[in-house]
Amino acid sequence: MALLEVKNLQVEAGGKKILNGLDLSVNVGEVHAIMGPNGSGKSTFSYVLAGKPGYKITGGSARFEGEDLLALAPDERAAKGLFLAFQYPLEIPGVTTMTFLRTAVNAVRKKRGEAEISTPDFLRFVREKAAALHIDLEMLKRAVNVGFSGGEKKRNEILQMALLEPKLGVLDETDSGLDIDALKVVAEGVNKLRSKKRAIIVITHYQRLLDHIVPDIVHVMAKGKIVRSGGPELALELEKKGYAAFEQAA
Amino acid sequence: MNAEVKPIRTPAEQALAAAIETARAKFSSAKPVAKLREKAAMSFLESGLPHRRIEEWKYTDLRALMREAAPLAPPPDAAAIKAAKTLDPFPGIEARRLVLVNGTFVPELSDLKALEAGLTILPLARALAEGHKLTGKIGAIVPDTYDAALALNTAFLNDGIIIALEKDAKTEKPIHIIHCNVGKSPVATFARALILLGASARAHIIESFVGPDGVGYQANSALELHAGDDSKLDFVRLQAEGDTALHLATLLAEIGARVKFSLHPVTMGAALSRFSVLLRFAGAGTEGKLAAANLLRGRQHADTTLVVDHAAPGCSSRELNKSALDGASRGIFQGKIIVRHGAQKTDARMATHALLLSDNAESDNKPELEIFADDVQCGHGATSGALDETLLFYFLARGIPREQAEALLIQSFVGEAIETIAHDGLREALMERASNWLKERG
Ligand SMILES: Nc1ncnc2c1ncn2[C@@H]1O[C@H](COP(=O)(O)OP(=O)(O)OP(=O)(O)O)[C@@H](O)[C@H]1O
Ligand SMILES: [Mg+2]
Repeated sequence: MALLEVKNLQVEAGGKKILNGLDLSVNVGEVHAIMGPNGSGKSTFSYVLAGKPGYKITGGSARFEGEDLLALAPDERAAKGLFLAFQYPLEIPGVTTMTFLRTAVNAVRKKRGEAEISTPDFLRFVREKAAALHIDLEMLKRAVNVGFSGGEKKRNEILQMALLEPKLGVLDETDSGLDIDALKVVAEGVNKLRSKKRAIIVITHYQRLLDHIVPDIVHVMAKGKIVRSGGPELALELEKKGYAAFEQAA
Repeated sequence: MNAEVKPIRTPAEQALAAAIETARAKFSSAKPVAKLREKAAMSFLESGLPHRRIEEWKYTDLRALMREAAPLAPPPDAAAIKAAKTLDPFPGIEARRLVLVNGTFVPELSDLKALEAGLTILPLARALAEGHKLTGKIGAIVPDTYDAALALNTAFLNDGIIIALEKDAKTEKPIHIIHCNVGKSPVATFARALILLGASARAHIIESFVGPDGVGYQANSALELHAGDDSKLDFVRLQAEGDTALHLATLLAEIGARVKFSLHPVTMGAALSRFSVLLRFAGAGTEGKLAAANLLRGRQHADTTLVVDHAAPGCSSRELNKSALDGASRGIFQGKIIVRHGAQKTDARMATHALLLSDNAESDNKPELEIFADDVQCGHGATSGALDETLLFYFLARGIPREQAEALLIQSFVGEAIETIAHDGLREALMERASNWLKERG
């Protein structure tokens, strides 16, 4: 059984059809890349997986470990092991990053029937994961993403993923806004999270990220569906030819 | 056409008028205070309770809302004093407790020992009876319009507390004025406090209000504060009255030059409350900050009416009012900034933000600016809205359940007004109160 099985998914928002029969199957241990032009529906797809309100599912299905994902509340999806790294991480004034991280970790543990993590254990856990992502602990004392640079926000997303240890991580343009060095740090962080027990979907526009996070499968998305899938070489082909050829196929 | 119409007295007004009659005969007749009382009584008897056509009371129609006037509280008996003993809203915090029970200062519950050098604490009733010279300061701060709540408090002025810090004196631990209401039947109380800070004095004051739920008692308090030049004051106020109480309070502050002061009022209690504040910046170079938090639910109605009066140049004032409004509660903020002639280089900013947690909650906001100087910076800001769904989704996407996400967002919203409290213990205690309030929300 695939970890994520999406069949003929059709989604509308604001009276507009955005996803047009999307099919995707992801197994544990795999890293998939989804590439596609602006407006092709990549973020919409990731939001629908995570359960953001405001989208109307007009057809198709999405199953996570065989279970109807679309029937679950967003926090239940997270507890089941789905994680979305946002393209535009939100700022939460007044809530420190530390509080946010700890609340999230404990909420997920509770739903999984595990005990709360003790403060010293949590601090140790955060310190270790933050160090790997070159995140300064001082930053975690500040309100979530408030005043963070673009790169810091993206690293903070990966830190959350590292702490929540999901089964499926969906990274929506985690590379955008990163300089070369930060890109390497983030990619390394993601690579550390690669595991036989976990799958990752990387949404990106650029081959650049895929030099660092080498995917098993590359998909091209256009006009709300996957129009072609292939190996890592597909990303190189895209880089050369552009999306135009694929959009015609859609 | 405009023949004067004698207002029809409501039952509450009639009862208050009768109580004033009785008080006239009973209270000490020491000259200056008797005169003050008499003037206030006349003002009340002329105007009655304020109603919505009185601009300052536009949103709080006391004449309509105050159905009955509770009888004047008798001096507390032994049982009342015993009941008040355990009523401390900040139990873990080391402070010099000054306890008023039903408006009467109770020395045996208060900590009057080992006063810091330069600190004087006087029971007001005794000071009045003895004609203590400090009582001459009572009524010295005169607002532009004589507010009805203040008039009533003054008409019944009889007991309370005087706190005076001499030049350069300093409180080692916070002074905590606790207004306790006890008993099962509703009474009316009229406590008065006078705080005098000499030049360069430094004080930390807490004022709190507590009482039983379900007893519709009526507490009307007034506090006059004189802050001398170069003094420093941190003032934290907790209004945690019983859930059916009526709470009327006035704070009048006359602030000298180069003073640094902060006020942190937290409003959670009473069915109907009104907190009227006048901050008069009378000396140059003063910096004042007010950050208020309001947590209201059910049918609670809380009115904060603030006048920031810049009468001297080069002062800065910052006011932030935050209200979390649940149920069918109503939060009112009226904020006026006055900049007088010659108060150049004034930098005054006021902001009020309401978080509506239910469709039935209501937030009213009336900003006013009266500026008579040209080289000033003044601003008002106001927002009101529900919790941000997009933000909530971010929490949910991290596995945090909705109630917990809401609680964190609400706590951080009101927390902005609490987190600037300098005293760690007080800040934490108030944060915890906010968090308990959220837990009770369910
Ligand atoms: N709530 C909405 N209401 C109406 N239209 C929407 C809504 N959300 C997304 N869209 C539209 O759907 C299309 C797909 O948007 P989406 O953000 O999913 O694209 P994307 O592939 O992530 O693009 P990019 O590469 O620029 O991030 C766009 O045309 C967008 O304007
Ligand atoms: Mg996108």
